[in-house]
Amino acid sequence: MKAIVIGCGRVGSAVALQLQGSGWDVTVCDENEDALGRLGEQWTGGFLVGHGMDLQLLREAGIEEADAIVITTDGDNTNLVIAQAAQKHFQVPTVVVRVLDPARAQFYATRGLRIVCPTSSAIETLVGAVRAAEEVSA
Amino acid sequence: MYILIAGGGKVGANLTRSLLRAGHEVTLIEQRPYRFDKLEAEFEHQVLRGDATELFVLERAGVKRPPDLVVAATGDDEDNIVICQLARERYGVASVIARINDPRNQPYFDLLGISPTVSATGAIMGLIEHEVPEHGLIHLLELRKENLEIVEVTVDKGANCQGKRVRALKLPEGARLISVVRAGKAEIPDEETQLEAGDQVLAILAPGKEDELRRALLRD
Repeated sequence: MKAIVIGCGRVGSAVALQLQGSGWDVTVCDENEDALGRLGEQWTGGFLVGHGMDLQLLREAGIEEADAIVITTDGDNTNLVIAQAAQKHFQVPTVVVRVLDPARAQFYATRGLRIVCPTSSAIETLVGAVRAAEEVSA
Repeated sequence: MYILIAGGGKVGANLTRSLLRAGHEVTLIEQRPYRFDKLEAEFEHQVLRGDATELFVLERAGVKRPPDLVVAATGDDEDNIVICQLARERYGVASVIARINDPRNQPYFDLLGISPTVSATGAIMGLIEHEVPEHGLIHLLELRKENLEIVEVTVDKGANCQGKRVRALKLPEGARLISVVRAGKAEIPDEETQLEAGDQVLAILAPGKEDELRRALLRD
C-alpha cells in the first residue's frame, strides 16, 4: 500500500514512521530539507523537498497511485486546498487532513472532507476532565 | 454595491480607495498589524484587522448580509481559495473575484470552480504574447467557465490555409472561424470563404487545441 504524507512536522513525521513500520510504502514531502531529520536514520521511504501545493511535486510523490494521503502542514488553508485536489482531482481513496481551526474544520467536514481537528479534541478532553471533577465532588 | 475585500496589500488597498471614490460601500480586512495601522489612518472604520479565512472575522466584516461581491486579494493563493469558498458556499455570496499570485496555482482555482481570477503575471504574459506574435496565435479572450478561448491568427504568405476555402481546412474539433478581417473590413466567414495572405482571422476553440489550429491555418 502506498501513502503520501505532506508536512513533516511532529505529527507528519510520526504518522510516516508508524505507517512505514506497518509495511506501507511512504513518501514524505516538506518545504524544509531539515525536516528529513525528524524521520531518523531508519527512514527508508521517499522524501521530497517542495511546497505541498506544487502539483508536479505531488505527481512525483506518486499521488496518482497512492492509496492514502495524510496532509499535516502548518497551514490550515494549504491543507484544505491540497486535500480537495487529492480527493476531487487525483481521486485518492483515503484523504485525511489536519485543520487546527475548529470553525473551518466543521465547515469543510460538511463538504465531504475527512478532517482531524486537534484543537477540538483538546477542548473536548479538557472540558471533559473538568466535568469529571465536578461529578466526583458532587 | 457592498463589497468585502480581503487583503490590504497594494491590490486590496488601491481597490478599496477606488471603490470608495466611486461611491461603493467597502470593508477591507487586513491581518498584519503594521499594514493595518497605515490602512486605518486612511480608511478608518472601513478597515478591519484579522485573518479573513477565520469565520468570525468574515462575520464581523458583515459577510452574513451578504455582500454583493467578495474580492480575495491576499498574497496567499490558498487563503484566497478558502475565502472564496467560505463566501460563496457558507454565506451565499453571489460573486467572488480571486487574485492569483503564483500562476502555477491556476489549476486549483479551476478545479474548485473559483472564477473569475486575476493574475498580474498572467496578464503581463498575455501582453508579451500579443507583442511577440511568434507562435502565430494571439490570445484575445479566455472564457474559463465555458472552457473556450478566442484567438487571433494572421495569415501570412505560404500559410497552410492561404488560398483555401474554410470547408477545406482541417480545423480542430469544435473550433470555428468567427471573423475574417481583410483590408480593414470584417466579415463573418462561411464554408465558401477563401482565405488570403494578410487576413486577420478570429477563431474560437477549446484551450489545448491551439497547436492543431496552428497547423490547420499556418504551418505544420
